[in-house]
Amino acid sequence: MAQSMVKEFTKGLWAEIPPFRLVLGLCPVLAVTKSVENGIGMGIATTFVLVCSNFLVSLLRNIIPTKVRIACFIVIIATFVTVVELMMQAYTYPLFLKLGIFIPLIVVNCIVLGRAEAFAFKNAPHLAIADGLGMGIGFTLSLGALGAVRECLGNGTILGNTVFGPDFQPFTFMVEAPGAFVCLGLMLCLMNLIGKK
Amino acid sequence: MREMISMVVVLTVLSAFSGGMLAAVRTGTQDKIENQVLKFQKAPAIKKILSDVSNDPLQDRFKLMDNEEEITFFVGKVDNKPQSIAFEGKGKGYGGDVGLMVGVNIETDSIIGVWVTTHSETPGLGSRAKDNPDFVSQFAGMGLDKVFAVKSDDGAIDAMSGATITSKAVCMAAKQAQELYLRLKPEIQKQTQQMAN
Repeated sequence: MAQSMVKEFTKGLWAEIPPFRLVLGLCPVLAVTKSVENGIGMGIATTFVLVCSNFLVSLLRNIIPTKVRIACFIVIIATFVTVVELMMQAYTYPLFLKLGIFIPLIVVNCIVLGRAEAFAFKNAPHLAIADGLGMGIGFTLSLGALGAVRECLGNGTILGNTVFGPDFQPFTFMVEAPGAFVCLGLMLCLMNLIGKK
Repeated sequence: MREMISMVVVLTVLSAFSGGMLAAVRTGTQDKIENQVLKFQKAPAIKKILSDVSNDPLQDRFKLMDNEEEITFFVGKVDNKPQSIAFEGKGKGYGGDVGLMVGVNIETDSIIGVWVTTHSETPGLGSRAKDNPDFVSQFAGMGLDKVFAVKSDDGAIDAMSGATITSKAVCMAAKQAQELYLRLKPEIQKQTQQMAN
């Protein structure tokens, strides 16, 4: 049991790492990775939703009628997303203001619905939690990495700390929307190069 | 038929459970969120407007009901004597509601200053209402018997070029605050007099 849990957990970290390998959930990936802080905040919020919804869907998988499963998933996911939204408002308000509309939009994030449909609905709760945690952490790491590259080049900082000398000219293109596409493409390319060997 | 009933029952129970959970979380976080909003959105605006008071306006506040809506008033004192109040008005902008903190001198019934608290206007155009104090500074010193409107609406306020709707929204918010103040004036006076003692 422990072995299969580890397997489900680790696949989300490399073999099926969501934005790069599955190329899912790109809307928040492109939109909020202007800085490391935003990326990781978004990642943690998504991880929480993913773990909770995976667990509940898996727990109820024998009760939920197949014909209305998507409706049930959405109700479950939307509930947890609203919980996250309220919690962020109460405890990390500045981050909530920065992420804005992208927090409620986790409801329609393909990864969350995708894992509920493809994994949690067919597997036992402990595996579903491992899967959700792995996918969530993989997603958080990807957002953090992309955020680090973009913040570093586009703003000259990492987590708000200056990394270059005073003569650094910020490559502002990187923190704008087109920069997100270019950066994501290059990282995908890099991942594929490493994966091929 | 059996399947039909089970679908209805499952969805109903799930939604009811979700509703109950959200209500619980909301009640639990409500006070906390109110404090956060106060700290991160209203406090900076109030500090800018009521800059020369000797007390902390965030502490000396009271609430009044107006048409079922609760409005918070922040009182600024000089030498322990209430001299000014600040409260929020709302106007419909291009991307949603624009919140405007309005500071009023209660002795002369004139505006001390206004400051935008919340908005979802276009960055670089409407957002200048908050980022660039030139526009909102036009309100400072105006009496509350004046009409708050942009010049194209026969008012005295210069609209921001490229952001007419936002300019109008700010005027609308100021007008709403003006009406509110004039309507609730007796009660406001009662409350501030109590604070003086």
